[in-house]
Amino acid sequence: MQLTRIVGVTILVVVGLGAIAAPVLAPNAADARFRNLLYAPPTWPHLVHDGDVRTGFIYRWRLVSRLEQRYEQDRSQAVPLTWFSGGKLVRSSMSSAPLMLLGADSFGRDIFGRLLFGARTSLGLAVTATLGALLIGTLIGAVAGVAGHAIDELLMRLAELMIVLPTVYVVLVLRAALPLELAPSIVFMLMVAIFAAVGWPFVARGVRGIVASEKRREYAVAAQSLGAGRPRLMFRHLLPACAGFIAVQATLLVPAFIVAEATLSYVGLGFSDPVASWGSMLRDASDVVAITEFPWTLAPAGAIFVVTLGFNLIVQSHPGISEAGSWRPAACGLNPESRELKPEA
Amino acid sequence: MARYLVRRLTFAVLLVFCVSSLALLLVGLAPGDYASELFGGIGANPALVAATRASDGLDRPLGQQYAVWLGRAARLDFGNSLLYRRPVTELIRQRAMNTALLAIGALLVATVLGLPLGVLTGSRRNGGTALVRMTSILLLSVPPLLMSLLLVFLASRTGWLPVGGMTSAATESGFGLGTSGFSGWTMWARDVAWHLPVPVLALALPISAMLERLLAQSIEDTIGAPFILCAEARGLSRRRLLWRHALRVALHPILSIYGLIIGTLLSGSFMVEIITAWPGLGRLTYDALRGRDVYLVAGCAAAGALFLAIGSLIADAVQVAVDPRLRESA
Repeated sequence: MQLTRIVGVTILVVVGLGAIAAPVLAPNAADARFRNLLYAPPTWPHLVHDGDVRTGFIYRWRLVSRLEQRYEQDRSQAVPLTWFSGGKLVRSSMSSAPLMLLGADSFGRDIFGRLLFGARTSLGLAVTATLGALLIGTLIGAVAGVAGHAIDELLMRLAELMIVLPTVYVVLVLRAALPLELAPSIVFMLMVAIFAAVGWPFVARGVRGIVASEKRREYAVAAQSLGAGRPRLMFRHLLPACAGFIAVQATLLVPAFIVAEATLSYVGLGFSDPVASWGSMLRDASDVVAITEFPWTLAPAGAIFVVTLGFNLIVQSHPGISEAGSWRPAACGLNPESRELKPEA
Repeated sequence: MARYLVRRLTFAVLLVFCVSSLALLLVGLAPGDYASELFGGIGANPALVAATRASDGLDRPLGQQYAVWLGRAARLDFGNSLLYRRPVTELIRQRAMNTALLAIGALLVATVLGLPLGVLTGSRRNGGTALVRMTSILLLSVPPLLMSLLLVFLASRTGWLPVGGMTSAATESGFGLGTSGFSGWTMWARDVAWHLPVPVLALALPISAMLERLLAQSIEDTIGAPFILCAEARGLSRRRLLWRHALRVALHPILSIYGLIIGTLLSGSFMVEIITAWPGLGRLTYDALRGRDVYLVAGCAAAGALFLAIGSLIADAVQVAVDPRLRESA
């Protein structure tokens, strides 16, 4: 199982580095539109032209039919790639024949480049929202576990109600209840707030369970008898016991939030067009014709899959997950251990 | 048992009440209303907007609107949809049936695929089970949003299956023209069955992978238990040991999540319905939210909550039927 873990971590590290280095790695700017290359297919780098080996070049796309958006490779002329120039790792030497590894979208923009810039938005959003959910969930769970009695009961019933509700609909209603047209930075913050509000109960339940059982153990009682106050007991002694659980929850929440962003943006309640996010890019694949004729518009879906797979590989190989009972498939919004619908045995 | 039933029914009624009320109030409090969305914000004729508002009673204070709605909802009258100008109950009944068809189909497929495979992968290790395990992890990483896009792509590329909607236009019109009686109905049913695989698989595959993984883990844990060793010592066949003794115990934690799967099915079906144009509750809720159709939103929320409540009741009943210990305490 160690191998799957290594593969998972590698995937995430590569995607993370890609997002950080987006301005260098992306051959074209995220908003550069090539008017003659709407829905152009991917341009693959070649090495052999007319029998002699070169340093890497591409063939330009020639528009055959504007109506059908059909393109043909212009094999007569090789457009060489230039490395390490203009602050880019690699780009085409001709501005009218850009290097587009994953083709172009409906506006003639480079999908590969936008995918890298979109990773910043999508991953940044998911990670920020996860931190928020972990923070709120840990605090509420710890308070419920330490305080017990009525506060515990109230907080946990609330958490259970939130877990039962279908997450997508809660997110939709919360988002739709806010102004529909907003600036991207505000949308970002709103989505962080909404996702954190939906994600905390999963964290809180687990933390509460661990805290409630740990506080009866000898070390916690010893700390109390030595005069440790409640805050010290909580932060110094009980919360460190939850670290493993919280780490697992983080690996479950991030992919779930990436999918949530994609869902919201896909239906038009998240980021809208000029902003590159995986969800807003996926809108190009919103009709059957585009999906069938220009499958490269599905590239953001591939990116979401790869990242989710990375997290799932890590979760699956995590030691002691089954014992901790916290295993929950990412992006399915389901916690097998939450038994609130079960009659109290 | 009676007390338990009363408690569950109270919970169900409370859930429906809370969820629909919250949805209505949230949308009511949201900036903009049905009238402003209908005529588009800027440049709309203020007199026209105000007139629409007045004729639909949207100019009254939210508290009063809510009170009127609540009074009617108590008599199971959820009002008229502002967008469609038809009774909310009538609109929702149709769509809820479609979503139920999709959800029940997906649940069946997920169960039939996931549980037997889970028993296999949990009980033995060879090339085949490693393959199933890996496929499951791959499928778990393809949430319904991506799975429906992928299946729509495959279906339209191969042309094997229709890619959208619930019926073909031809059948729809044929049916509307009154192809009478039984043959019309069977034609319709066959057409729906033809349109079902894409959305049902998009919804079912990730869940079947989840069930497979959970049951495999549960079986692995159970096989180590002393009572299995004891049964083995008594000379039971491996098959009987696994499918009879281990499975019954291992299935227990899985059954407890079936009530929660309803929520997952509803969540997942939203994207599946949008992408495959399946006329279900998801699309209706989305349209109602976008159009600020408060009554329709509240109705959809109530329908969703009802689904959840019924689902959890059934899941509970199954669990009680399987586990005698629960029967004692209830």
